[in-house]
Amino acid sequence: MQPLTEIRGRAAPMQAAHIDTDVIMPKQFLKGIDRAGLGDKVFFDQRYDSVGAPRQDFILNREAWRDSRFLIVGPNFGCGSSREHAVWGLMQFGIRALIGTSFAGIFNDNCRSNGLLTVTLPADQIAMLLAHAGDPARNMLMLDLASQEMTVVHNGTVIAFEIDARRKRALLVGLDAIGTTLQDAQAIGQFEATRRTAYRWL
Amino acid sequence: MPLSLYDKLVDANTVRRLEGGEQILLYIDRTVLNEYTSPQAFTGLREAGRRVWRPEASLAVVDHVNPTAARRMREIADSQAAAQVDYFERNARDFGIELFDILDPRQGIEHVVATEIGFILPGMVVAAGDSHTTTYGALGALGFGIGTSDIEHYLATQTVIYRRLKTMRVTVGGKISAGVSAKDIIMAFIRSIGADGAVGYAIEFAGAAIEALGVEGRMTICNMAVEAGARGAIVAPDDKVFAYLKYTPRAPNGAMWEQAEAYWRTLKSDPGTVFNREVALDASAIAPLVTWGTSPDQAVAIDDIVPNPARETNPTRRAGMVRALEYMGLEPGTPMEAVRIGHAFIGSCTNARIDDLRDAASVLLGHRVAPGVRAMVVPGSSEVRRVAEAEGLDRVFLDAGFEWRQSGCSMCLAMNDDVLGPGERCASSTNRNFEGRQGTGARTHLMSPAMVAAAAVAGHLADVRKFEIKA
Repeated sequence: MQPLTEIRGRAAPMQAAHIDTDVIMPKQFLKGIDRAGLGDKVFFDQRYDSVGAPRQDFILNREAWRDSRFLIVGPNFGCGSSREHAVWGLMQFGIRALIGTSFAGIFNDNCRSNGLLTVTLPADQIAMLLAHAGDPARNMLMLDLASQEMTVVHNGTVIAFEIDARRKRALLVGLDAIGTTLQDAQAIGQFEATRRTAYRWL
Repeated sequence: MPLSLYDKLVDANTVRRLEGGEQILLYIDRTVLNEYTSPQAFTGLREAGRRVWRPEASLAVVDHVNPTAARRMREIADSQAAAQVDYFERNARDFGIELFDILDPRQGIEHVVATEIGFILPGMVVAAGDSHTTTYGALGALGFGIGTSDIEHYLATQTVIYRRLKTMRVTVGGKISAGVSAKDIIMAFIRSIGADGAVGYAIEFAGAAIEALGVEGRMTICNMAVEAGARGAIVAPDDKVFAYLKYTPRAPNGAMWEQAEAYWRTLKSDPGTVFNREVALDASAIAPLVTWGTSPDQAVAIDDIVPNPARETNPTRRAGMVRALEYMGLEPGTPMEAVRIGHAFIGSCTNARIDDLRDAASVLLGHRVAPGVRAMVVPGSSEVRRVAEAEGLDRVFLDAGFEWRQSGCSMCLAMNDDVLGPGERCASSTNRNFEGRQGTGARTHLMSPAMVAAAAVAGHLADVRKFEIKA
């Protein structure tokens, strides 16, 4: 995983509630055995019409938002299927952080695994960010993970955010989660032996 | 302090608390792997030169991409799907994991297979690469879905990094009426609490209506709890669960069964447990439900009408309703029973077990599918299919004009060749009515298997309570 320290770029608004992973990455793109080629498939059915032409009413197809690094999203973003392809696609498109009031559990864990930052903020701050994100003259954001702050560039508004300390550290150093856990291999082995002695049917 | 069953299961499997933060290292007793969420996890292991920690704790089942045509074949015309199955088989072989391939007589949807063979037992903690892993809560196991990176982490370490959830108890009192099923209970719950109402929670389902359900009905409930955002849904195991497991091929036997059952009987929340949230539902007030929109919480009783967004005061919800109605091609005020369908689908890990097929068949007996409706049954597993055939249910479905197919996930998410076209409308016993779920532009109405059967015969959404049962 690549270390994540700061993100600077445009934000795009995507305020609908319950945007699910079927919409983020439709099923026809789940048949690979690697992670590649998903950047131009993300939100496919909303991005392209039936003959494959980009829809101008889709926010990420419009010139001012095409290179967005942030999505300001509605509640329960990423609900539904566990498909990690949704996260791979968002990252390959160039998205580095999602900011919203709530995220679905599996999706949020998948973001953690891939270094896609999710930031949870109260509804009034999300409403303010959505208003900024909808205006190309005001939609530049800067986020600094170490200080846990983001700045709305055009007016200097600073928003502080919370993040689990261990998750933050993992993002900052681009931690290899498996390698780290395997440092606990002995503890896991002992735990397993005890558990399987007590419950022999396991 | 009195503890909930959920907290007891998490405590029992905590290897250790991780420094700096709220995460724990959680030991995982079992997983089930499928061909589409696992390949990149195995590639990760190969690239890092890592082994699988405990291969016998994993079971590999092909279920998402395989065709369900009546005649089983190893070959898949879709070359990408075929490559996924090939790689899956190679991974199972190379890493020593047991595989149920397409031609295996035990093949089926992972969550149907894992329960019917006794691979999942009460008290286990199960993490698997499919969101509907919550199903296992019906047996008193904690099951939750994980992504591909966490599958790789599990395979290499037998653990996942976990953060404890808040607890919610959902008490369903009273008794369901005729024509109402477990599917309607869980749809009523999701409607009442919203599609994000249980985000951050593990649910324990309790109450007279839950106790009265069979184990398969409880699976339907725990399965779909994830559609309210729950990352775990449990029912305390009881005699019905022990009877269900007793003769499954992989349950313990003899003295070990006695020992296991004695332990399983202790798996319940302590009296006086304080849950972070309590929700009560009255089962006797629940009517058969159907969805009208594109989120599982957008549901009404079958004798109700399509709701009007103009009456919704919350702007986000109103915008969601407007978009959903446009996608679904429905006008506010239309009676749900007037909505005509072209497809009827009975299948999925939510509703394709033997009880579900019996329910649907009892409605269909002596009836014919309406002209212009394509109806299909995709049993949850090859074993379900065999049991159904032994009971003659296949004849009931075929005589009614349904296709009687092989098992798999099929049109629930349309990753195989069972795909709907744009604008096609389906009465479906599945779990998600998302945009594009059953095909780009396809329109899904969720309901119980009996309600799908009634709709297939009527040619429009129909109230199974008014239906002439000829059985």
